[in-house]
Amino acid sequence: MGNKQTVFTHEQLEAYQVGMMDQAIGGLFYRYQDLAPQLVPLDYTSCPDVKVPYELIGSMPELKDNPFRQRIAQVFSEDGDGHMTLDNFLDMFSVMSEMAPRDLKAYYAFKIYGVCADPRVGKWERTQTVTKLTRGELSTEEVSLICEKVLDEADGDHDGRLSLEDFRNMILRAPDFLR
Amino acid sequence: SSPHLSSLPCDRSRRSPSMKRPHRAEEAPGRRRAQPGQKERAGGSPGSGSPRRKQAERRGRRELLGDRERGSAEKICRGRRKKDGRASLREQRAPSKKEKEVRRKEEVWKQLKKHRSSSMASSTSSGESLSEEELAHILEQVEDKKKLIASMRSKPWPMSRKLAELREAQEFLEKYEGALGKGKGKRLYAYRMLMAKKWVKFKRDFDNFKTQCIPWEMKIKDIESHFGSSVASYFIFLRWMYGVNLVLFGLIFGLVIIPEVLMGMPYGSIPRKTVPRAEEEKAMDFSVLWDFEGYMKYSALFYGYYNNQRTIGWLRYRLPMAYFMVGVSVFGYSLMIVIRSMASNNQGSTSEGDSDNFTFSFKMFTSWDYLIGNSETADNKYASITTSFKESIVDEQESSKEENVHLTRFLRVLANFLIICCLCGSGYLIYFVVKRSQEFSKMQNVSWYERNEVEIVMSLLGMFCPPLFETIATLENYHPRIGLKWQLGRIFALFLGNLYTFLLALMDDVQLKLSNEETIKNITHWTLFHYYNSSGWNESVPRPPLHPADVPRGSCWETAVGIEFMRLTVSDMLVTYITILLGDFLRACFVRFMNYCWCWDLEAGFPSYAEFDISGNVLGLIFNQGMIWMGSFYAPGLVGINVLRLLTSMYFQCWAVMSSNVPHERVFKASRSNNFYMGLLLLVLFLSLLPVAYTIMSLPPSFDCGPFSGKNRMYDVIQETVENDFPTFLGKIFAFLANPGLIIPAILLMFLAIYYLNSVSKSLSRANAQLRKKIQALREVEKSHKSVKSRATARDSEDTDKSNSKNDTQLTKEGTAHHSASQSQTLDQKAQGPGASSSAGKTVLPASQHLPVSRAPGVRPDSGQARPQAHPWRSTSGKQAWRPPH
Repeated sequence: MGNKQTVFTHEQLEAYQVGMMDQAIGGLFYRYQDLAPQLVPLDYTSCPDVKVPYELIGSMPELKDNPFRQRIAQVFSEDGDGHMTLDNFLDMFSVMSEMAPRDLKAYYAFKIYGVCADPRVGKWERTQTVTKLTRGELSTEEVSLICEKVLDEADGDHDGRLSLEDFRNMILRAPDFLR
Repeated sequence: SSPHLSSLPCDRSRRSPSMKRPHRAEEAPGRRRAQPGQKERAGGSPGSGSPRRKQAERRGRRELLGDRERGSAEKICRGRRKKDGRASLREQRAPSKKEKEVRRKEEVWKQLKKHRSSSMASSTSSGESLSEEELAHILEQVEDKKKLIASMRSKPWPMSRKLAELREAQEFLEKYEGALGKGKGKRLYAYRMLMAKKWVKFKRDFDNFKTQCIPWEMKIKDIESHFGSSVASYFIFLRWMYGVNLVLFGLIFGLVIIPEVLMGMPYGSIPRKTVPRAEEEKAMDFSVLWDFEGYMKYSALFYGYYNNQRTIGWLRYRLPMAYFMVGVSVFGYSLMIVIRSMASNNQGSTSEGDSDNFTFSFKMFTSWDYLIGNSETADNKYASITTSFKESIVDEQESSKEENVHLTRFLRVLANFLIICCLCGSGYLIYFVVKRSQEFSKMQNVSWYERNEVEIVMSLLGMFCPPLFETIATLENYHPRIGLKWQLGRIFALFLGNLYTFLLALMDDVQLKLSNEETIKNITHWTLFHYYNSSGWNESVPRPPLHPADVPRGSCWETAVGIEFMRLTVSDMLVTYITILLGDFLRACFVRFMNYCWCWDLEAGFPSYAEFDISGNVLGLIFNQGMIWMGSFYAPGLVGINVLRLLTSMYFQCWAVMSSNVPHERVFKASRSNNFYMGLLLLVLFLSLLPVAYTIMSLPPSFDCGPFSGKNRMYDVIQETVENDFPTFLGKIFAFLANPGLIIPAILLMFLAIYYLNSVSKSLSRANAQLRKKIQALREVEKSHKSVKSRATARDSEDTDKSNSKNDTQLTKEGTAHHSASQSQTLDQKAQGPGASSSAGKTVLPASQHLPVSRAPGVRPDSGQARPQAHPWRSTSGKQAWRPPH
């Protein structure tokens, strides 16, 4: 406790605990600090504006083998460039924690997989997703076939795009989504 | 003027000039948000300055007394109105979240400001600070804020927004929580709030603590990230099993072993607690102890040690009764916990039929295992995802390849045939060996091999059959998850054969011992008689009692059974550990270090590293648990040994997996295979219940050892307790309950109930399937509709909506007509008659779902009850209302 109080004020800690799923704020802070010890100060009472670059975030053991690490970092970072403040970092862990409800996870999964509202962009993003998942070992025709199929299956209202509603509808039924 | 308000019956309240007015005005933005396009007349009042309000307040105070009753009536109306507002809010949730948030913020600020001013005004005016209305309103807002704080962590906002919102809400709470009470109540209220806050904090901390206390969580996470969730599922299962065994251990240790050791007669006091004279010399040798003979045999670990005294110690603890009840409750608890965890596993998996609708979507969005944190595993995962994608593409492109289907079918039949042959062969081998061993047991001097032939053959079978099965199973070309289940089932059959041969051999032994018992009993009596009545002893001096070690005694078959199970458990444990050490660790060492000086690549080539054998390990665990269940009645110490075994095996296997195994070639998710494990466990539990129940119910206990000695059957202990310790009328009730005339009808009733519930659930699932089919069909229809005419006018869509909904009603009706009466009843119950069609239409028709439902002017907003056919009409009329005026 003594250590934490030097990093955060008591009120800050309380506030973070209300906002977080997983409440090991102290541990997470030190992980964040470990990523870039020379960048991140050990005193957060004055809320310094510090960002850890994506290269360091993406090399964490949790993310380094994930094909979507860049997307994840972009979604949680403020300006979409993958560089993260402490708040973003805590957000990410909060959503990724086991205790986060399925709805919340579905919302962020929607953002991560980039199934955007815009049909053209959505298609490109889907192609990217498939390519990332298979490391580009499928041919273009196969990838586009898969994308078509996905759109066909999951598009509940047949407007040619995957909305958040559609996506949530689909993913909450998945047997493998969150067990 | 507002049509909405004028439609409300409690409108007259507006005319009464009191200080409720500003509050209604505050509600206005919320309501206006809910119904854009509607003006709020009352909204005009907040613009009026504070002097006017003060006037109103003064007047209001004068009327306050008379107003009270009216106020309470109004509250009801207001509540109803609020409900309306909320309902419409819910329907309007479609607009984007950001917009909503901005609005919410504005609203919060407005309310804050207003409250500040109004509360200031009221506090300056008089001591009687707040009216009931205001109080209720603030209370509600406080509740809202609290709810917001509680649900903060599941809101999809970035942390900075969360913090800002939180700060606002907390400020609000601090300001108004205290203001809610009056005078004396105020302090109490504040105190209560403080305590509530503390309580919440405590609960949070406690939750944190609980999550930190889950044992081996980090170890299992580590394994999961390296080997995928299928391997981790074994360890989770192991942990669960450890928990169950701990409970069983607590039961047995606390209620049987400890009382006997503390309060029972000490060692050496009676024959059953003493090592016989003939064994005394060797009783402390390690080799003897290792076989659970000697001092081990005559210890509290085994059934024979317990005395048949009805009560022991100053507590008058009824040990035989406790022994029996604990034996029963071990099974009861295990059954309950297994079934409960199966049911809770099942609850999440109701949507099984959807998987074929979303093959590609699920593959695309949920196939990556986010727990993978190891590049090797990740490589495997990439490969397996690619293959699975390719597989489904192939499936999609050519729906069926004729020759391939026939070939796989043929291969699968062949594989099953081969495996059945293997099983039969091994069954016969075991039978043969058991027969031979019975012959050997009659002979005098047999060699070590001949004595242990059965065990050796069984371990050899257990060692070589599973890999053989796996080799054969490659013919079948199943998905590994299904393949694992098949493999589990087959090895299960093999192990079951082993188990039952073992049991049969044991039964023969028991029967033999039972038949000898009568003669031994006579010998004992005769010896004792002779000892006390022998001539040549001075009659006046009482003879010292015979030393317990010298008393001849029977071959306590219960202890013998317990010893067999004990030995089996220990040898099983050792075999497992040695196999891991040799098969995994030494192999890994060999491959790793000999690779430098070998002529081919050992790591990639033939021996390679071992994979973690999920099926073998799971089954080993399950069968071991079966042994424990069977043996625990005759060897209470067995559960303690098992707890130790599970503990060591947790650490040992974790280490072995991490140090010397490689991830599976095709990493697959273990979704819901846990329930399969549980099913096997339940089966084994049932199978192990049978022999124990048989021995308890139909074999007489030994005459000179164990808590039930001297009784005809073991369960007589219950009768004895009922007769001696309960009042007579209870005894009569028990006797009445045990009457077959009552039991048979009860069983019949249970069967009927099961049958009824089963048929209900079947019909419900059938209805479910039909609804799903309907949705599918509607989707198809819509799709084709859409492709035919791209320019769908509002009128057209209206038509299709109507026809669809009509279609829908018909389908529902047909569906209900098809089924039995009970089913239609349940359907009706679920959907409440004609309302079914409208609700179904709501879920089915995406068009109406996404339309912001607004009410046409003049329509009563809250009709309360669902009107059949109302829905499509309402939505379409709403659409018309939405259109800009021409």
